[in-house]
Amino acid sequence: MNARPNDTPILRAEHFTKYLSGRKILDDCSISIYPGDVKVLIGPSGAGKSTFLQCINCLLEPDEGEIWLGDRKVDVRNTRELCELRQHVGMIFQDFNLFDHLSAEDNVALAPRKVRGMNKQEALKRAHAELRRVGLEDKARLYPAELSGGQKQRVAIARALAMDPTVLLLDEPTSALDPELVGEVLTVIRDLASHGMPMIMVTHQMEFAQAVATEILFMEQGRVIEQGSPDELLAPGSQTRTQDFCVRLHDLCGGEAAAQE
Amino acid sequence: MHILSTIIEALPYILEGTLVTLLLVAGALSVGFCLGVPMAVTQVYAPKPFSRLVSFYVWFFRGVPVLLLLFLFYYGLFGLMGIDVGTVGASCLVLGMTSAAYQSQIFRGAILSLPTGQLKAGRALGFTDLQSIRTIILPQALRLSIPGWSNEYSILLKDSAMCFALGTPEIMARTHFVASRTYEHLPLYITAGLIYFLITLAGVTMLRRLEQKVRIPGYNTAGM
Repeated sequence: MNARPNDTPILRAEHFTKYLSGRKILDDCSISIYPGDVKVLIGPSGAGKSTFLQCINCLLEPDEGEIWLGDRKVDVRNTRELCELRQHVGMIFQDFNLFDHLSAEDNVALAPRKVRGMNKQEALKRAHAELRRVGLEDKARLYPAELSGGQKQRVAIARALAMDPTVLLLDEPTSALDPELVGEVLTVIRDLASHGMPMIMVTHQMEFAQAVATEILFMEQGRVIEQGSPDELLAPGSQTRTQDFCVRLHDLCGGEAAAQE
Repeated sequence: MHILSTIIEALPYILEGTLVTLLLVAGALSVGFCLGVPMAVTQVYAPKPFSRLVSFYVWFFRGVPVLLLLFLFYYGLFGLMGIDVGTVGASCLVLGMTSAAYQSQIFRGAILSLPTGQLKAGRALGFTDLQSIRTIILPQALRLSIPGWSNEYSILLKDSAMCFALGTPEIMARTHFVASRTYEHLPLYITAGLIYFLITLAGVTMLRRLEQKVRIPGYNTAGM
C-alpha cells in the first residue's frame, strides 16, 4: 500500500454511525483515503455499504462521526463547507441520475458553470474533454434517454470528473446495467484507477475488485469486520469472511461475472 | 337579417371585452404562476411550518367558490387592506390567487413525479438545494406540468366570466349588456360562446405546440 502512517490522508471519515427509522445502519465505521487508493466495500446487501458511501459526502447526514478533508475538519452543517466537500468528492450512482432534460455535454458542463462559475464556452470545452476521456465525444449532443445504460454511466463519470474531484465515490456503478454493458464502464473505472484517481467503490464485481483494489473492506450489519489487501483477504484458504463471501458469490453467479470481465 | 345586423353592430363592443378577458386570463395565469411555483417548491422542500402555511392557502382558495372570493376581496378585504385596483385589477388578482392554489398543486405533482436521484445528483456535485431546484428540478417539472397547466388555462378562461358580477367589462358582461337592451339573447350568447370556444382552442393548441417544442428527445416515448 502506498499509505505511509505519517501522511495526511486526502479524506478521512471517522467513526460514522447512522440510524434510519430507529435501526442502526452504520456502526462506528471509518475509512481513510490516501493518494492512489482504491478501496472497495463489499458485503451482503443491507450491510450498510451504500449508506456508508452516502454519509461520506453527506447525502445522508451521519448521526455521529467526523469528516476530514486533508487536515481540515468539515462542518457539514455549514452549507458552504458542505458544498465544498461535495465538490471535492465526486459520486457515481447505481442508476446514473443524469439530468434528463440536458444533453450529455450539458450534463457535464452544468456543475462547472453553476457551481464553479465557468463561462458557458469554457465549461463546454471541459465537458467535451471529459466526454472524450470516457469515449463518448461523438454522443455529446444526445440526451440521456437516447443513450444506453453503459453510455449513461460513462457520462455520469465524465460529469463527476469535470469538477476535478480529489476522491471518487462509486455506488454499485454497474449493478443497473445489462451484462454486456458492464465491461465498458469497468474499463473506464480501471483506466481512472491506473491514473491514480483515489476512489471508494461499492461493487459486487469481485474479479474487478480484486484486480484494482488496494484495499478491501468487508462490511456486515453496519460494521467493517475485515479490512486488508485483496491478496490477504482473498487468498484461497485464508479463512476470512471475505473469502467465504466471495466463494459463495462465485458459486451463485461466478460464470456470469467471469464472462463479463 | 335583423339578427345579423344586431350581432355585427354589437361585435366591436364585445370584441373589446375579449381583450379585457384576455388581459384577465393572462394576468391571472401570471400571478398564479409566480405564486404557484414557489408555493409548490415550499410544499415539497421547505420545513413543516412553511409547507403547512401553503397547504392552508391551497385549502382556503380551493374550498370557496370563485364568485364568493371575488365578492369577498372586492367588496371586503381589498377595502380593508386599502388596495384599490379597480374591477379589472381586482378580478385579475382574485383569479390569480385562486389559480395559484390550483397551479401549485400541478407543479407539486410534477416535482414529486421526478426521481429523487435528480436532487441527489445535484447535491453530490456541490449545488446548493436552491440551485438544484432552479437548474435541475424546475426545468423538468415545468415541462411535465404543461398538460395540467393547459387544463388550468381553459378553466380559468371560463371562470373569468364570473368577473361579470363585479362589473368588469369583459365578454360576458358586455354580451349581457347588449342582450338586455336588444332582447336578442340567443344569437348574442351564441356569439359570446363561440368567442370563448375559439380562445380556448387557440390557447390549448399553443400549449400543445409548446409541449412538443420543449419535449426532451427520447424521453416521452420512453417514460410516458
